[in-house]
Amino acid sequence: MAKLYNESFPEPVKPTGPKEETVKFLLNFSKALSVTRYKNMTFETLNN
Amino acid sequence: MKIENVQDAALVRRYLIGDEKGLEILITRHKQRVYSFIFSKVMDRDITEDIFQDTFIKVIRTLKKGKYNEEGKFLPWVMRIAHNLVIDHFRRNKRMPKFQSRNDFDIFDVISDGEESKEYEMITSQVHEDVRRLVEELPNDQKEVLTMRIFKEMSFKEIAQSTDVSINTALGRMRYALINLRKIIDKNNIILTR
Repeated sequence: MAKLYNESFPEPVKPTGPKEETVKFLLNFSKALSVTRYKNMTFETLNN
Repeated sequence: MKIENVQDAALVRRYLIGDEKGLEILITRHKQRVYSFIFSKVMDRDITEDIFQDTFIKVIRTLKKGKYNEEGKFLPWVMRIAHNLVIDHFRRNKRMPKFQSRNDFDIFDVISDGEESKEYEMITSQVHEDVRRLVEELPNDQKEVLTMRIFKEMSFKEIAQSTDVSINTALGRMRYALINLRKIIDKNNIILTR
């Protein structure tokens, strides 16, 4: 018996918002980043 | 000032004094809008995710460095950063065209007809518009020298004669014009290259 196939159309891509892990990464990055100023210089430190 | 802007400004202030919750609320509040904006330009979820992340990394670094100008315009500022990063993305892709293997391979995806795409025309026109606006921000004497030198291609001798100043003064004004332009560009994270 002939096999029947459904032609499936790709779903339209909708923006769903950033992944939870991306937001978590940003919040952790912010907590880890510290900025120190010395005279005209700025130093960035990531404290993980 | 709109209530929404006041709240953003207050959250930024909270964040600047060390309250991380301020940033969390700001990201949660604007993530959908920023993400949708990026997605509408690049139409790819993974790239959108990367650009979204880079946008907020830049936001965080600028805020922590104390370089953010408090004018109650947090979201437009973030959107501007996102916009610049989208332009960077297209610029990189133009330098290094990406080949994506698909069943419906289309050779026109990887070869160019030599003409600028509408996208790049838009980027160019925006860059020109940005430069025009930046030049307008300069003091009149600097604006005058810069316009004569760059747009009218006059020599410094001609500029000096035309503005009735010495060549050294004209050179000095040009120098300060460029320094001031760089300052405005750095301060506002403006990207003016293609």
